[in-house]
Amino acid sequence: MAEFRLLTKDFGAAELQTLKGYEKVGGYQALRDAFKKFTPETLVAEVKTSNIRGRGGAGFPTGMKWSFLPKDVFPRYLCCNADESEPGCFKDRYLIDESPHQLIEGLLIASYALQVHTSFIYIRGEYHDQRLLLERAVEEARAAGYIGKNILGSGFDCEVIVHGGAGAYICGEETALIESLEGLRGQPRLKPPFPAVKGLYGQPTVVNNVETLCNMPHIVQRGGEWFKSLGTEKSAGTRVFCCSGHINRPGNYEMQLGTPIRELLEEECGGIWRGRSLKAFQPGGGSMQVLLPQHLDLPLDMNAVQEAGSSLGAGAMIFMDETTCLVDVSMRLVDFYRHESCGKCVPCREGTYFESELMHRLESGRATLAELASLSDICSNMDGRCFCPLGDTATWFVMSAYKYFRDEFEAHCGAGRCPVRAQVTALVA
Amino acid sequence: MTLREETRTAIERARDRYPRARSAILPALWAVQHEQGQITPDAMTEVAGILQVTPSEVEAVSTFYSMYFQHPHGRHEVIVCINVSCALRGADDIVGHLERSLGCASGETTTDGAFTWSSTVECLGGCGGAPTMQVDHHFQENLTPDRVDEILGALRSASSAGEAGPVVAGTPRRRASGAPALPPATPPAAPSAAATGQVAEASPAQGSASHAPPTGAPKKPAQRRGKAAQ
Repeated sequence: MAEFRLLTKDFGAAELQTLKGYEKVGGYQALRDAFKKFTPETLVAEVKTSNIRGRGGAGFPTGMKWSFLPKDVFPRYLCCNADESEPGCFKDRYLIDESPHQLIEGLLIASYALQVHTSFIYIRGEYHDQRLLLERAVEEARAAGYIGKNILGSGFDCEVIVHGGAGAYICGEETALIESLEGLRGQPRLKPPFPAVKGLYGQPTVVNNVETLCNMPHIVQRGGEWFKSLGTEKSAGTRVFCCSGHINRPGNYEMQLGTPIRELLEEECGGIWRGRSLKAFQPGGGSMQVLLPQHLDLPLDMNAVQEAGSSLGAGAMIFMDETTCLVDVSMRLVDFYRHESCGKCVPCREGTYFESELMHRLESGRATLAELASLSDICSNMDGRCFCPLGDTATWFVMSAYKYFRDEFEAHCGAGRCPVRAQVTALVA
Repeated sequence: MTLREETRTAIERARDRYPRARSAILPALWAVQHEQGQITPDAMTEVAGILQVTPSEVEAVSTFYSMYFQHPHGRHEVIVCINVSCALRGADDIVGHLERSLGCASGETTTDGAFTWSSTVECLGGCGGAPTMQVDHHFQENLTPDRVDEILGALRSASSAGEAGPVVAGTPRRRASGAPALPPATPPAAPSAAATGQVAEASPAQGSASHAPPTGAPKKPAQRRGKAAQ
């Protein structure tokens, strides 16, 4: 079983970034079908049948999320979360770059199902070119009658607004995204009330990831039952995995869920580079726990990876070869969370600071064993105690690395330098 | 009145597109930075007036997001990712090379005002082409020190040849009045920013094809697979 291309099957087709090119491969037919074959209620039911789970990281069943909207409360809003900022993650950029209209079609189908008349695409500030591409695609779609009043004669109206962020990882958290869309600092809100009840402008709101929405045209056209038959019982469909790090062919690969991780690494990514061996990998982006070579035979299944103590998260696989210092990797990730902490809650704001200070001392060989012992204290005062998942996840990688590579962490204490780097340098010399 | 008429118009258009005016603060700040290269207190006050919010509300937003500048930057903005995926493939070497070749530390501007560069732990989303940087908001991937020299050299020679130089959100461009108009944001076939009500934001027009932003014409902006490792 090699790559299974569903969302990416037409990628590379001529002018796919334009409306003409997208229509040539059957684009916007699914939107027509949605109007013809489904009422909003039956469409939500179809998405439930498909068993699709959100592709943004948490893996919440999309159909269930949609059904939480209270009946008869309008207006409702739909926000596409394109604030992709998870370390190691670059699939949303790829999906937008290659086929912006697929996302727009998926967004419109979801808007119809949810009876939403104003939808937003919140795209991170760094994706400047991708935002321009989407804005252009929205204009094309509007001119062709796919966006606006009475779309394709269906009587359904929908506007799409592309909203650019300005550099804040936290805005990928759905309530922070909503705050940011309202023109505020991107700080998360207390839940409940959940966005489905009180979200954007205090109205019922659904936030879905780019990849989740890109699946909608395929679910409409091939049916929920067919979609469910892909992947595993608990993880239906395919996912686009962002593979990076010490591999021969970094890139995005769309795989049917359930495929062994080893197959993704060896067949698609071309294995570990420079003839070296795998030391560790992170299966779900910067937030998720590290796994070891012995975990390579796990299937790409959200539950299976969770049982092994990590998560498929946002689908970012970072592979590290034998020369990698796990303390250095931990330090960079902790720096990231320190930088991105929004400052709203104390455990996260102060915890990431202490974590980062400690990791810098450790990586440079200046920390003592007693200081290292405080790492667990710092992390246990953060995990589960922060206002939103950012602070919790700031501890996950470092704690898992500390668990699996305790010797390496301890070898740094009082060493005066990074012992792993020193060893690698000595080998090369 | 510190903002140009076209910037005010762009902000008003953005305001009218959203269900509530306050939502236009982010696009408005982008428009300000596009024109002035930074967000000044005067401009914030003016934005607040257009959007009917208080200046402190605008300031609260502008200081939260890392891509809004509170002070002037160089003509070109260079941001190098040093998060894990890039670090594993040599980002530190790129950082060291930039430090030496530009002669200033991360976060600083070269003495000739050409470049402001910084390393960032905020993953840019270019992990498949690591190490990665963004130059004037465009991705540059699979970097080597030589490739960095090439990219910066092309920008330098474009500037010294007296071309208008790139204008992007985030890079200051204080043009004297009567200076040449900005390059169009989109190819002529596509609707102009003004026509669509989007906040105007030009893309760089650069001498080297490798820096060209995606246009309406088909192109492969992101490599599906990065280059094979050496």
